[in-house]
Amino acid sequence: MPTEPTAPAAPDAPGPVPDKVRFDGVTKRFGDHTVLDGLDLAVAPGERVTLIGPSGSGKTTILRLLMTLERVTGGVIHVDGEPFSHMPSGPSGRGGRGGRGGPGGPGGKLVPADERHLARRRRHIGMVFQQFNLFPHMSVLANLTEAPVHVLGLGKEEAAERARELLALADKADAHPTRLSGGQQQRVAIARALAMRPDVLLLDEVTSALDPELVAEVLDVLRDVAATTDLTMLCVTHEMGFARDISDRVLMFDGGRVLESGPPGALLDDPGHERTRSFLRSLH
Amino acid sequence: MNDLLPALPLSSGPPASGFLSSDLLSSDFLSSDFLSETVRALPSIAGGLLVTLEATLLGAALALVVAFALGLAALSRRMLVRGASRAVVEFLRGTSLYVQLFWLFFALPMLGFRLEPLACGVLAFGLNYGAYGAEVVRGSIAAVPAAQTEAAIALGMGPGLRLRRVVLPQAYALMIPPFKNLLIQLLKATPLLSLVTVADLTFRIDQLRSATGGTAAAYLLLLLLYFGVAVLLSAGMNALERSAKARLGQEGGGA
Repeated sequence: MPTEPTAPAAPDAPGPVPDKVRFDGVTKRFGDHTVLDGLDLAVAPGERVTLIGPSGSGKTTILRLLMTLERVTGGVIHVDGEPFSHMPSGPSGRGGRGGRGGPGGPGGKLVPADERHLARRRRHIGMVFQQFNLFPHMSVLANLTEAPVHVLGLGKEEAAERARELLALADKADAHPTRLSGGQQQRVAIARALAMRPDVLLLDEVTSALDPELVAEVLDVLRDVAATTDLTMLCVTHEMGFARDISDRVLMFDGGRVLESGPPGALLDDPGHERTRSFLRSLH
Repeated sequence: MNDLLPALPLSSGPPASGFLSSDLLSSDFLSSDFLSETVRALPSIAGGLLVTLEATLLGAALALVVAFALGLAALSRRMLVRGASRAVVEFLRGTSLYVQLFWLFFALPMLGFRLEPLACGVLAFGLNYGAYGAEVVRGSIAAVPAAQTEAAIALGMGPGLRLRRVVLPQAYALMIPPFKNLLIQLLKATPLLSLVTVADLTFRIDQLRSATGGTAAAYLLLLLLYFGVAVLLSAGMNALERSAKARLGQEGGGA
């Protein structure tokens, strides 16, 4: 478990150890298009969950909702047993600097989270993107130290030290990110996310943009991360070998719902649904 | 060289009023009289040049501030702020610089505010070109890929930090070429100053023209002087653009 014990579980949290992440009837619509339809999903602390399914089935949206890059249309996301996508409203409600006071009802009511609530809560979640999204105006080292210095308030030296622990930079520290191979860039992006010491790591098709021969070096790094940390990981991937290696559980998505789920061995070798079978066949 | 030209119809225009027909092609063009007058007027021309440069650079500095204020406001999440920015930009772009300058110079004193003529010019240039610049700022920020903002969010960076440390440094490189255009246009708008009694370059050269009657030569000199300043400004902006691109690792960036 990551070091800091979070605040006491909210009264509605089930059991003594709250789920790390819990989606309660989460719906996400883009216009008329429903991407997630009343999704219920719980992820235990330290659990590694892989989301598979055809494109457009809502896997990536789950990660983006957790990273607060999208807002839920309906339902509530909890992290560490506390509302994450929402926050309690009430007379003492924070964020009342604008004209928008809460409805003034009893304290238990949840309203969509404001930017301040999200900024506070998202700190413990990190994400690695398909296209790396390194900062092109910064050196490799600066990519790794930017947020630790400016968000966490680390000293420059301390942040650089942390960066070197996460990534053998060698002579690449001052290089421009675009000078690196795709595999190297993605390794920098992984180290950049880890430098913030998140306790949930989201991996969004992190090898899909890579040339086939570069996939292995990135997956090796992630296997190592999985083996040496207790990070909770949610992973969207088409690499079934990798899913098998790191996952505690695989969820098959289709049409915004979980079609089936189970340990990777069971689900990948002996899927219960024809839809899953044909999806797995299509990957070869 | 005169005898090469009599066959051209150009030379048959009315004397003394046509541009090419009289001055340029007559022996008066670059007469020793004009040259000596020009040499005598050099300090005054240099003074005018300084005033033009001053108006250009101060106007550009003010325009930059206005451009960022209005451009960032145009991206605000608050509709009221966006709308206000929109309205101000549309008003400033939709009213002539010439009229704005005259309003500041002639009308404002009637309301009890009297500004120095040069200050009127700087203010008019700053507001007018700032409005055009606001579109540059807004567009350049919008052109930075959303993925960059998302990466910054994923690293826990708040809105101010994201803008300052991630988006603006990348938008900055995109702003320079359109800002260069605006700067040159601003320079070329400065002759308006001579209409509100500012002794800028155009004003001084006009004095020279009156004194010598060498209209073509005087205005040719004026063209060349503006062109020279434009080339220098352009070169400066190009250097800025190169360094900004190098920082983004595009062409020629030192690794």
